[in-house]
Order: sequence, then C-alpha cells, then structure tokens
Amino acid sequence: MTGSALTRFALRNATFLIFAAVLLLFGLQTPGFLSPESLGNIVKQASFIGIAAVGITFVLLTRGIDLSVGSVMYLAPLLAGFAMRDLGVGVAGGVVTAVLAGLAMGALNAFFVVRLNIAPFIVTLSTLFFFRGAGTLLTSSRQFDFDREIVDFGLSKVAGVPMPIVVFALVALVAHVVLSRTTFGRQTYAVGADPEAARKAGIRVGWVQARVYMVSSAAAALAGFVLIAQIGRLDVAFGEGREFDVIAAAVLGGASLFGGIGTAIGTVVGATLIQTVKTGLVFTGVNLYLQPIALGGVIFLAVLIDSLRATRLRAARRRTIRPSSATP
Amino acid sequence: MSALVRFERLTKAFFGVPAVDDVTLDVEEGSVLGLIGENGAGKSTLVNMVGGVVAPSSGRMLWRDAPYAPRDAAAATERGIAFIHQELNLFLNLTVAENLFIDGFPKRFGLIDRHAIEARAAELMATLDLDLAPNALIEDLSPGERQLVEIAKALHREAELIVFDEPTTSLTPRETGRLFDVIERLRAQGKTIIYISHVLGDVARLCDSVAVLRDGKLIESGPTTTFDISRMIRAMIGRELSGLYPERSAGPTDATVLDVEGVSQPGVLEDVSLAVRRGEILGLFGLMGSGRSELARVLFGIDPAERGTISLDGRPLPTRPRERIRAGLAFVTENRREEGLMMEASIEDNLALVSIGRFGRAPLAFVDSEALTSESRDVAERVRLKAGDIHVQPAKALSGGNQQKVVIGKWLMRSPRAFILDEPTRGVDVGAKYEIYVLADQLAAEGGAVLFISSEIEELMGVCDRILVMSRGEIVGTFEAPPFDRPSILAAAFREAA
Repeated sequence: MTGSALTRFALRNATFLIFAAVLLLFGLQTPGFLSPESLGNIVKQASFIGIAAVGITFVLLTRGIDLSVGSVMYLAPLLAGFAMRDLGVGVAGGVVTAVLAGLAMGALNAFFVVRLNIAPFIVTLSTLFFFRGAGTLLTSSRQFDFDREIVDFGLSKVAGVPMPIVVFALVALVAHVVLSRTTFGRQTYAVGADPEAARKAGIRVGWVQARVYMVSSAAAALAGFVLIAQIGRLDVAFGEGREFDVIAAAVLGGASLFGGIGTAIGTVVGATLIQTVKTGLVFTGVNLYLQPIALGGVIFLAVLIDSLRATRLRAARRRTIRPSSATP
Repeated sequence: MSALVRFERLTKAFFGVPAVDDVTLDVEEGSVLGLIGENGAGKSTLVNMVGGVVAPSSGRMLWRDAPYAPRDAAAATERGIAFIHQELNLFLNLTVAENLFIDGFPKRFGLIDRHAIEARAAELMATLDLDLAPNALIEDLSPGERQLVEIAKALHREAELIVFDEPTTSLTPRETGRLFDVIERLRAQGKTIIYISHVLGDVARLCDSVAVLRDGKLIESGPTTTFDISRMIRAMIGRELSGLYPERSAGPTDATVLDVEGVSQPGVLEDVSLAVRRGEILGLFGLMGSGRSELARVLFGIDPAERGTISLDGRPLPTRPRERIRAGLAFVTENRREEGLMMEASIEDNLALVSIGRFGRAPLAFVDSEALTSESRDVAERVRLKAGDIHVQPAKALSGGNQQKVVIGKWLMRSPRAFILDEPTRGVDVGAKYEIYVLADQLAAEGGAVLFISSEIEELMGVCDRILVMSRGEIVGTFEAPPFDRPSILAAAFREAA
C-alpha cells in the first residue's frame, strides 16, 4: 500500500480506528471495562442518541442540517403520551403515534426547506423553538407522567437483549439497507455530492431532500419514546440541547457536514464511541471537570478529519488544464 | 449516408447580438464532425441548441428529417444526445455502476440489484474495450478514466449523438490515445459524434469532416481530406484591425518591474517565465483553458505554485495576496461580478476596499471619511467614471464598462507598481472597451507595468507592446513589437507550426 493509499484508508476509516484505539486505551487501564456487561451498558446508553443520529445522517448526507431533533424528542413522545392516556391506544399505539408525529414534524421542516427554499439551518432553528414551545403550551410547563405500562415495555428484553438496544439495532439495520441498497439511499448520496449534477441526472432533488428531513424527525421521535420508556415521565427540559450530541455522534461516525459522505454503520459506531469515552472517563476516574474537555477533544479530532477529507475531495474535483502526474 | 441532425438557417441572438448566425449544416449519421473556431465563434451556442440548453431565435433543426425542438436538456437526453464536457457530471462518492444507473435502478425484492448493474456496467466497459471495475469509486479514478465513465453513461442511455467539448485538455497523451480509440469504436458502432477542439492536429486525425465557425457564421465546411491545418487557421481568422485602439502615449523602458521565473504548478502551469517592464503593456494570449487566468491567480498569490520565483522591482514577492498588494501588485479579475466588486455596496465603498486601512485615524482607527470621499472622487475622475453620487450609487447600477473602471480605480487608490488585467473588456460594450484601452495606456505611461490577459487577439494586437502566447499552461510563443502577425499568434495558441 502506498503512502497516499494508506492516508486514504485512514481517512475513510478514521471512526473505526479511533474506536479501536479508545477501546484499547480504556481496556488496558481498567480490566473490567471490556467485559460484556460493561460494553452492553455502553451500547444501551448510546442507543438514545444513536437512534436519532442514524436519522440525522440522512440529512447530513444531503448537505442539510437538522437542529430541531432535540425538540422533536420532546414533543413527539408527549403527543404519544396524550394518545395513550386520553385515547387508550396502548404502548404499540404510542410508538406509532410518536413516529407519525415525528414524520409530520419532519414534513414541516421539509416544506420550508424544499418548497420555500429557506436555509435548513434557519428552518430547523425556528422549529427547534416552535416544537418545544408547542409542547410547553400543551403541558403548561408541567411534567407529564406516563402509565406504568410504558416502563414495562421500556425495561423489557427480547432474547435477553434490552429493548433500547433492540430498537437501535433495528433502526441501524433498516437505515443501512435503505442507504446502501435502495434508489432513495443512493440518490441521497448523489444529491449530497453534487446537487446540480443530480438535477441534471434527472433525480428529483426536492423529493429526496424532503424525505431525509422526515426520516430524521421520525428517528428522533422514536429515540425520545425509547428513553421515555426507561423513565416513565417527561419533563419540560427533556431532549434540550441534544441536537448537538446527535450531530456530534453522526460526524464522529464519519458523516460529513459537507454532504455526500457517511454511513449508518459509521454513525452507530460514532454514537457508541462518544458513550464509550464518557463511560471510560468515569471508569478510569478522570477528574470530573476534565471529562467534557476530553470529549470535546475527541469530537474536534473527528471534525478535523472530516475537514481534511473534504479538502482532498475538493482537490480531486479541481479542474486541471494539463496532465498531471499527481492524479489520484 | 444521411444526416442525423440538420441545421437550417439556425440563428441564436443574445440581446440582439447573434452568437450563431444563419448556420446551415448537416451532421452525417455515423460520422465524426470536427467543429472549430476561435473563442466566442459560436461553437458552444450551436451545440447547446442541439442539447436543448438554449432555444434558437430563428431557423430550425431536423433530427432524421423530422423537426426537432427540444424543450430542455432532459428532452434532448431523451432523444439520444449526450455531452462529454470538461466538467463531468459524475458523483465522486458513488461507484462506476451506480453512476450509470442513478436515475433508475433495476430492483430485486425491492432493493437495488447490484449484480445486474455491475454486470451491465462490465458489459458497457467491454464494448469500449476498457477495464474499469464496476464497483470502483469515481473518486479513485483519474480524470481520463472518469471521462470514459461519462462515455459509458452516454452509451447506457443509448445516445446516438455524442458531443465532445474539449475532451483532451486534462488528459495525458496515453489517456488521449485511449479516448481516440474509444471514439473510433463509437463510430464503428454507428454513433454520430461532434468533436469540438482547439487541437487542430487531433481534429485532422479524428474527424471525417470539419466545420469552421467565425463570429457565429459557418465559414467553411467539408471533408477533412480537403482541409489541411493551415486552411483551418485561415478560415478561423479573417477580421481586419481598424481604428478601435488608441495611440500609445509612451513606450516601454528597459527596467523590469514584474519578473516571473520558471513558475510551475502540477496540472496547471509548467515553467512559465515572463518579464513586464516599466511602461510596458505585455499581452498574454491564450484560448479557453490555456492557463491564462490560472497564471494570473498564481501571480497574485491566490493559488500556490510549487516552483519558481515572482519578483517585483527585483525583490521576490511574499506569498499571500495581502502582502503582494502591499508590495505593489494589482489584480483586475476576469470575474468582475463575483470577485471584483461588491455589487450592492456603493461605488465609494468599492473604491475604498483595498486601501481602507490608509484612512484610519488615531487613536481608534476610525475612518476619515472626508479624506476618503475626496480621494475617491479624484480616482473616479481619473478613470472617467460615468456615475451619479459615488457615495450612494451601488456598483450594480453601473454599466459593465463603468463597473470595470471602478475595479481599476480601486487599485489606483493604492498607486500600484504592476497591474494584472485579466480579460478587462469582457462583457463591456465597444465604446467602453476603448476607454479601458486608454486606461491601460495611461497606467503604463505613468510608469506602471501592465500584464494584459485576453482571449481576443485583436485587442492585444491593438494595445500591447509585446504578446506572449499560452497553451496548456506553458508559454508557447513570444511576439516582439507590432505589427503582429495574427495567423502566427493563433497558430502558436493552437500549437501548430504556422
């Protein structure tokens, strides 16, 4: 493998390399860290952010951004809660309600972004306040208590695997198949790589963009519901600020803010990696106040790698007017 | 053989100015037609009409003897027309096979049938005698290989007419050879090809017939066997110089101001050396994609150069644009609207842009707006700007010629030593062009060194003391002192011996 091929490999698989390094680092320091229970706990705790991060990966792939996920995590389960309490739809009905509510919120984002052609950053920043505001209005800022049945569901296990991990795995699997094996998925990559070329190739760019926002919000709604099912109540600050954890997980997992790069599996690893670092710092007894700094450092590293990769891509796109020996 | 496409008295005018003027021409089915002409001769407009990108103003096109008027580019693609441009429409993050099928994948159990698309891609590669892996990422391919993928895409869409627009500019000789083999194969398969190129030797070698455009008109066409290269060049030129240029008020001196030695940047420039003297207007001619503007950007420090030195008044220039401005370099970009002006800002703000720091007054560096206004007025007068109140009128409210004067005036505020003017008269009407030539002369007469970059041979012949010719990132010819011989300049630009 030549030097440049090695660099390319490293840039493309940075997430996995960092993940392996982090596991090794903590594993060597504390023997118990790599035990199945400990790792299972990490994945379980990662699933909440992870589910939403898999969804937002679709948006990032198209060069978009979705800041409203934290508020969707709050509002969608709240609506599900109302449906369960007032309409008696049960837990299954609650899940469906939450996801449908998420889809509707995503459709609202999509409408502003695609139809009215407003920058996604601005649209989702507005709906961040709008969705949370709607929730506070409905509850008058009071905590919402769910019935016991939702916690029974949340703490249940399928073949010995905790429910959040089951949902996380299912979402990741479906997203992976959609992204890699469906027309929608591949066109998502095409739109992110070059929207203009995508339009010229006959891709319905607007429709692709609309669907990614719906995917993102639906995933955020599901993530919110899964965590609520662990604790059985919803207070007004639930999910606040989580959009940044979600974006960080996706970017750490190799999704590029410049669009066109990222995978569902990468995002799963990214979300798990963040949780691993958090848990690992606690495990190894690092100063409590240093922990956010260390986490910030890891995220910075990922963004730096994204930027390096984007620079290389730009170089590959640059027009040359004479043959160059330095072609990739 | 019959005509696949026929142009009948086809005309396209932009704002009353014809870009394609009354062209009647047949493109024979299964043949390769070479389309040549200088920049702005109308080649692109002509093929853009076939491609549905622009609609004819008058006249019509026939496709297999039936009237053909594509609504848009998609309709032309549907009809069987494909373009191979220099800028490719491929998705770097997808594979070869995925790029072929991106607008419609074959499915199996609701999912993309990877075996099917890869098999089909391999099949297409085989008909072109290529060995690109269907699952290779475009990102990992060389420019030449990416172009071949575009051709495979055209075949996949069952294109019948394939238009190549300057396809060889970024190819190595080996890749060019392979491209020509592929074009031969396409012809053997009965495809019709329009081949646009500045490389006349390639046109002579590859094409069955040649059509020459000049000023939008079809000058000559016929089988390649009746066209030698010197006839092609003669047909492309023709206009005579007239009194469109001002008398030069002073000549160059012997003192070198801007000195460029052996500047190279892989893929862009190769060993470029030139010297602009005090009081001189040095012309730099080159066709589209010859590296003119790339050189200008390197000289100004916007793009890097791997090797070579650039010095001003004998002192090597620092690296960054900001430092080069301070050293006395000025750059009038070819892209006035996006890079030269703040269109919404006032004329005065535009004029002040590069010298605003000079007007800061202690202690807090507040701008001395009185001094700024009075100096801006002086400069506006010097460049004979026709405008209202320069304090309020925005740059966008000016004509193209006056906008260009603002850009030049912006630099005059710093009294630079050397000017790089990149296509200063592009998109400027004839009268304003004259005024810009006068300004260029004035800059030189006041002791400046002017590098005048243009794709219009006439204006260079009209205003310059010397002319250099660039092609593929190299200086390929130097023409000392007027009168200049137009055919030999053009021949140099086309890399042909005159």
